[in-house]
Amino acid sequence: MDLDLKLVRNTLVVKVQGELDMLIADKMRYEVDKKLEENNIKNLIINLEKVNFIDSSGLGVIIGRYKKISAVNGRMYIVGARPPVEKILHFSGINKLIPMYSSEQDIINI
Amino acid sequence: MNVKNYVRFEFQSLPENVAFARACVAAFAAQLDCTLDAIEEIKLVVSEAVSNSIIHGYGNRPNEKVVVAASIFDDRTLEIIVEDYGSGIKDVEKAIQPTFSSDPARMGLGFTFMKSFMDEMEILSKPGEGTSVRLKRSFFAKDKEAYA
Ligand SMILES: Nc1ncnc2c1ncn2[C@@H]1O[C@H](COP(=O)(O)OP(=O)(O)O)[C@@H](O)[C@H]1O
Ligand SMILES: [Mg+2]
Repeated sequence: MDLDLKLVRNTLVVKVQGELDMLIADKMRYEVDKKLEENNIKNLIINLEKVNFIDSSGLGVIIGRYKKISAVNGRMYIVGARPPVEKILHFSGINKLIPMYSSEQDIINI
Repeated sequence: MNVKNYVRFEFQSLPENVAFARACVAAFAAQLDCTLDAIEEIKLVVSEAVSNSIIHGYGNRPNEKVVVAASIFDDRTLEIIVEDYGSGIKDVEKAIQPTFSSDPARMGLGFTFMKSFMDEMEILSKPGEGTSVRLKRSFFAKDKEAYA
């Protein structure tokens, strides 16, 4: 499975694996929104540790979730982006909207 | 400039094939002995162009055809062409503007990535007939002797 969703207290943690393009993006949009609504969750962590490629379809799902989360005053973080992915996140300016951390532990510690 | 090597392939307009297309072109471009960063950028632009054909050109209809061609010229230039026979683009100038998208859920960054990571981008499009995106990038500065 290239998508792993788990609830940690009031936060949904989404781990993506592989290449975050239009194929996984559509699935991710659907699964994440379903989980957020079902459990009435406001906070989201997207773990990109195991993602080796992202394109604008992948960026689109992330930004789309950010809009939803900020509309309900929730918090959202991106975690573990590796250099090639990080470069694209920076290029798109997403890092100015969504705080980026190197690990989930770093968020718990803040 | 003479063509040194050339590939051309076509595939069904399915999301699964976007990864296939970018991996193929990346493997082909590796013959240029360019940096891994450059290979990543090539993957990205192919992904953007092919996704556009499937999403916008064909409105996600799965039984249509996308054609990808790539050439290496003897001056170490790479040319990539992505073609569809879909809806076409009415106003290309507008379509290539950063953040323009005809779909509010999308980012409108595909053409911006293609333009930024390649040296040249040319779009031929006719409403109702389809779109051809031609991208070019030169690698002559680096590793010249290694390639000779
Ligand atoms: N192959 C294509 N066929 C038809 N329209 C296209 C095609 N490629 C791009 N477009 C149009 O150009 C716009 C901008 O494309 P792009 O920069 O990739 O952004 P996005 O895909 O996020 O919309 C698209 O929203 C679409 O209207
Ligand atoms: Mg696009």
